[in-house]
Amino acid sequence: MAIIEIEGLRFTYSGAKKPALDGIDLSIEKGEFVVLTGPSGCGKTTLCRCLNGLIPHFYHGDFQGRVVVAGLDTREHEIWELAQHVGLVFQNPENQLFCLTVEADVAFGPENLGLPREEIRRRVDWALKATGMWELRFRAPHELSGGQQQRAAIAGVLAMEPDILVLDEPTSFLDPAGAADIISLVAGLCREHGITVILAEHRLELVAPYADRIIVMEKGHIALNGPPEDVLTSERAIELGVGIPKVVKLYGLLASSGLELPRVPLSPHEMAELLAEVAKFGDRA
Amino acid sequence: MRGISLTIGEGEFVVIMGPNGAGKTTLVKTFNGLIKPTRGRVFVDGIDTKDATVAELSRKVGLVFQNPDHQLFCETVEEEIAFALKNFGFEEEEIEKRVNWALKTFGLEEYRDVSPLTLSGGEKKRVALASVLVWEPKYLVLDEPTLGQDYAQKERLRRLVRGLLGDRAVVMVTHDVEFVADMRPRPRLVLLSDGRLIADGRAEDILTDPRYIDMARLVRPQVPEVLRDLRSLGAPVRTDVLDVEEARDVILSALGAR
Repeated sequence: MAIIEIEGLRFTYSGAKKPALDGIDLSIEKGEFVVLTGPSGCGKTTLCRCLNGLIPHFYHGDFQGRVVVAGLDTREHEIWELAQHVGLVFQNPENQLFCLTVEADVAFGPENLGLPREEIRRRVDWALKATGMWELRFRAPHELSGGQQQRAAIAGVLAMEPDILVLDEPTSFLDPAGAADIISLVAGLCREHGITVILAEHRLELVAPYADRIIVMEKGHIALNGPPEDVLTSERAIELGVGIPKVVKLYGLLASSGLELPRVPLSPHEMAELLAEVAKFGDRA
Repeated sequence: MRGISLTIGEGEFVVIMGPNGAGKTTLVKTFNGLIKPTRGRVFVDGIDTKDATVAELSRKVGLVFQNPDHQLFCETVEEEIAFALKNFGFEEEEIEKRVNWALKTFGLEEYRDVSPLTLSGGEKKRVALASVLVWEPKYLVLDEPTLGQDYAQKERLRRLVRGLLGDRAVVMVTHDVEFVADMRPRPRLVLLSDGRLIADGRAEDILTDPRYIDMARLVRPQVPEVLRDLRSLGAPVRTDVLDVEEARDVILSALGAR
């Protein structure tokens, strides 16, 4: 069964002339790792805000269609209720952390649910360990590196034990190693804990190896939606200005020179292995 | 900064890379006198930055900050772009001409009368860049120009920087390895770590060396990584390649040599 079901979604922010989302139909299965991409202003952030009820409860405007998340229609359920199913992580972790220690920040959500003490303890400990923040739990968020802050923000969201994690360009403010680290953490949460991931990201070379699906948005609607192998090799992706990873470009160049690989590689290592398979370099020795 | 010696020539294209906290932004702030060294000296066109004001140095060295919010403050995009020109005493007519050029070049014409603070992150970055380029500084310093930009905007930036080279030196601070790999001409690369200069050379030499990439907490570029993996699987290939077309030729010729 789909964990996210969107039908005929249109949204125009109050005061805006054009709709930010203009007819979205989308169904996402439990446990999927979905990458959301597309040029700035295409509606990625607006779509993320629709998934946890920030739209229409916090950002007002004209809302049409239906968004059902974990069986809940977002118009009929409030943000605090939806937050137990959908965790939203923003670009800049500084906007999400405000307590004196990491641990207090992570406990904030479950405390507000009025859960029993032991249950809060259990959730906080789990979230800190799952994100590798256990050792740093007594540190002040502002003393941490950007990557550690983003881990702390993810831990805070995880402590709500959501079924779905929505991340809106969570690595934009991080250095490349910190970014790779966060993406691999998120991929692990999807793989090991079955959490459904919706990740808005421009740098596809970083996320494509983990993605079950890539959705490319353009001007408020979905332009492409499919497995990374199909989306990244489509003509339309190039027209839309999607940043095609170098390994996929190299795959295309080799194919037009007559060297066809059995599938589209999404990482350098995968490409090298496919090439070695086809060419049997190893046999020469 | 600990014991940095560096000379940048007229018209040169230099990229500065390194982990967060390595001192990249501190280094470029010494170029226009925003930061004066506690020891050692920084000269711009032969002038010691200690003997000049930031205003004098800025006429030569245009610095575009990483976060456009630290740079933008006028009420409209047009005023923002005209601001420095007025301060530098350009004629009214010349200001109008240059502002129009900048609005057009950066696709900002429709935002002429709009407050820069209402723009998206990518648009703000374009306003910040336009408001510096408009006075044609001899040295242009860009701090993380690709941060948060989508691929199409990066392409535009790449073309723009290429167009500027020749007439002026461009110094760019960035983490974006694939962006640098796609730059033509390829820049000279300066790598910083912990306030020290750890490498200074051709981008194709440094970016294809995993030791440097790892030290600078960068992500290894994909093309040389494919070739290095292939080599460890027994293929006779070079690994000092950044370009996809060149990698194709290297792979095909290794196959032909079987």
